[in-house]
Amino acid sequence: MTDFQPSAMLQAETKIGSGHQSKGGLLRSQYNTGVWWRHLLALLALAFALFPIVFIVSSAFNNAGTLSTSGLLPSAPGVRNFEKLFNDPIRPFWTWMRNSILICGLGSIFTVLLGAAAAYAFSRLRWQGRRVGLLAILLIQMFPAILGFAAIYLTFAKVGELFPGVGLNTLGGLILVYLGGAMGANIWLLKGYFDTVPKELDEAAKVDGASHARIFFTLTLRLVAPILATVGMLAFVGLWGEFLLASIFLTNVDSQTLAVGLWQTRNADQDRLFGQFVAGALIASVPVVLLYLALQRQLIGGLTQGSVK
Amino acid sequence: MVTESPETEQQLKFERGEPWWAKSLKWGLILLSITILFYAATVLAEAGHWLFVVITAFVAMGVLIVYATRRCVPFKYLYPGILLTLALQIWPIVYTVGMSFTNYGYGHLVSKEEAIQAIEASSVRQVEGSQRYGLAVAIPEGQDPATGEIVFLLTSPDGSINAGSLDGLEPVDPESVQTSERGRITEADGYTVLTGSQVNARSVELSEFAVPTESGGIKMIGLSEAFIGEATRVYDASSDTIQDKVTGQVFVVKDARFVPRDGVGSGLPQGWVENVGFDNYTRALTDPQLRTGFVNVIVWNFVFAFLSVITTFLLGMFLALLLNDPRLKGKAVYRSLLILPYALPGYITALVWGSMYNRDFGLINELFHLNINWLGDGTLAKIAILITNLWLGFPYMFIVCTGALQAIPSDVREAAAIDGASAFRTVRSIIMPLLLVAVGPLLIASFAFNFNNFGLIFLLTGGGPFEGGQSMIGSTDLLITMAYRLAIGGTTPNFGFAGAISVFIFIIVAVISYLGFRQTSALEDVN
Repeated sequence: MTDFQPSAMLQAETKIGSGHQSKGGLLRSQYNTGVWWRHLLALLALAFALFPIVFIVSSAFNNAGTLSTSGLLPSAPGVRNFEKLFNDPIRPFWTWMRNSILICGLGSIFTVLLGAAAAYAFSRLRWQGRRVGLLAILLIQMFPAILGFAAIYLTFAKVGELFPGVGLNTLGGLILVYLGGAMGANIWLLKGYFDTVPKELDEAAKVDGASHARIFFTLTLRLVAPILATVGMLAFVGLWGEFLLASIFLTNVDSQTLAVGLWQTRNADQDRLFGQFVAGALIASVPVVLLYLALQRQLIGGLTQGSVK
Repeated sequence: MVTESPETEQQLKFERGEPWWAKSLKWGLILLSITILFYAATVLAEAGHWLFVVITAFVAMGVLIVYATRRCVPFKYLYPGILLTLALQIWPIVYTVGMSFTNYGYGHLVSKEEAIQAIEASSVRQVEGSQRYGLAVAIPEGQDPATGEIVFLLTSPDGSINAGSLDGLEPVDPESVQTSERGRITEADGYTVLTGSQVNARSVELSEFAVPTESGGIKMIGLSEAFIGEATRVYDASSDTIQDKVTGQVFVVKDARFVPRDGVGSGLPQGWVENVGFDNYTRALTDPQLRTGFVNVIVWNFVFAFLSVITTFLLGMFLALLLNDPRLKGKAVYRSLLILPYALPGYITALVWGSMYNRDFGLINELFHLNINWLGDGTLAKIAILITNLWLGFPYMFIVCTGALQAIPSDVREAAAIDGASAFRTVRSIIMPLLLVAVGPLLIASFAFNFNNFGLIFLLTGGGPFEGGQSMIGSTDLLITMAYRLAIGGTTPNFGFAGAISVFIFIIVAVISYLGFRQTSALEDVN
């Protein structure tokens, strides 16, 4: 924002912001009226944004642990919900956590590798069919994998009979499914960034006798590291919240992710297990919320560019 | 963005040739993938899937051509991605479209030959002097005891052991099994022997199960015995009918099942997969039971996506305008806190809001001293969903609009002010159009996303409430949650019909995306 603030703009926002405020006299008194009304409305918005989060936190630390006793303030503060969560023999929270970390970790690493390799081919190399390839990827991206969920389910039920390692109820199989769209998912974001790296660097390295693989691994990947980090985090956050495919794939309690496990915890008893569920939900939210707060600009920027480009 | 630092200069000094470890890593990986593919091919060959053996061979050849030679440089970077895309993006689409033209689903899961075999085998009756076997019910190792393919481990009186499945009998090496003192098989290599309670849990299925033999089949009798008997129902290929030798009843083919010719009694449960042309598509639009529900789902699907985008955008834009004042202190704090709803994993939002709407214990009724059955009424459930999605989505629009607002040059506003434009007029005629150009494509993307927002609907309302005696179509169902219930959610899956709905969604999404891309000029950017 520039340091110049035209008064018309102020008025405009006033008018939009609070329709009932009179227009007359605003120009004269705008410095005196200050910005308190902006704070007021922003606080109202904050109340809307935060009350469910306050509810989550206070229910998690509510010893009574049922939905009926939960409110915006814990009726009996304590950590009993967490104790119940960690010691439930039929709902292995830490196993779910491990599964989620494995799936999201490996999934996002491979997503970055596949995406970066594809972006390199489309951005740095010149070959016949490049344009067609890019358009094909664009076209395929229009159809999200979840639309084929029934086909994926049936296919993997059969695959599992022959290759139990990647069938239903295996982390390997689910990671594979997630990687189906990995090459194309972030191709525009990645290619755009790859294009900003000067080509002269590649050419100089080539003159020095470096092979394409060497340029890719030792030069290009280092120069595009920021976008790789962004894509990796986007993939991680996306997979962390993925529910549909995980719920179809993982029916054994020991192979489930946090999303599926917590869903079943709440569904088992909406009222009685609510405290335990919400304690788990709080722990499951912390990593991604921290990630967002630390990297809001990159993540939102990435989301924006990814869909615009 | 990229500056030529001294460090970069240093990286440019390359030695000629590859280091030895890079070369060995490369060849190691090639060898590893060929080995894995070879293993996969042998497994596939053993199971008789020759088409897939050939495909595996082609994949392996591709690995060699792409990575073992110096040619095809671009493909060295694309090959794994292309394979994954073909197998897990293209194939499911093709499969879904193919499925939508069949009756694949409950009672229609196998081919006609297999269905006939199963009918004959399950009609097996014990005849005088029929042979008895010792029986242990098992499943192939690694499968789920509740759903795994049933295998009979049969001990003949002479001590030889056979494994009987729907594919017939197969001899088993007696060395590979362990038996109890009474001669019962307790363990077998490659199989998991089911416990008594696991067998009981599948008793209905087991009572129908029979291992096909030449003249009939082998059926279970009691927990640990089986007999070989003769089929009472026999298929006649020339007339394409099945005749019951005991009752004399004749069954004829109708709708991919055998039904009694005289129309008395029910048909046989074992049907087969058949091509049904456009039946699944026309059914959605003509079946009187489905038609209204289906049209309602489509309408609500569009309304939901549209209102979700509009409400989140309006609130997000309003907040962005509100906080876009240089004199305002604490903007960073506001922004960080306002982003929180968006940062929370989506499934948690949906589940927690679902609990907050609970009639008896929920926070919303408690806070406002109401007694509203939010999720029990169609209209209220829709409102509840839109409120939840507003909460979930406005932070994104807020951040996006903030960025777009900051990119609008200030002289545009100055010019408007000098020309004497009113405040409202400036926003409506200057700011809004510029903002819409910047975020327009995002609104379309957001529409396309919400159009298939399975997680929110499924976890918040499950598509319900189910009103007016409807059991298949709920008041808040989207096309995708409806397809899910048809395919996987219920006890009688109908994959064909679910596939047809997915194809509907494909078409709608394609049109939306096409409109979106026409807006963005992304297609012209490709160079």
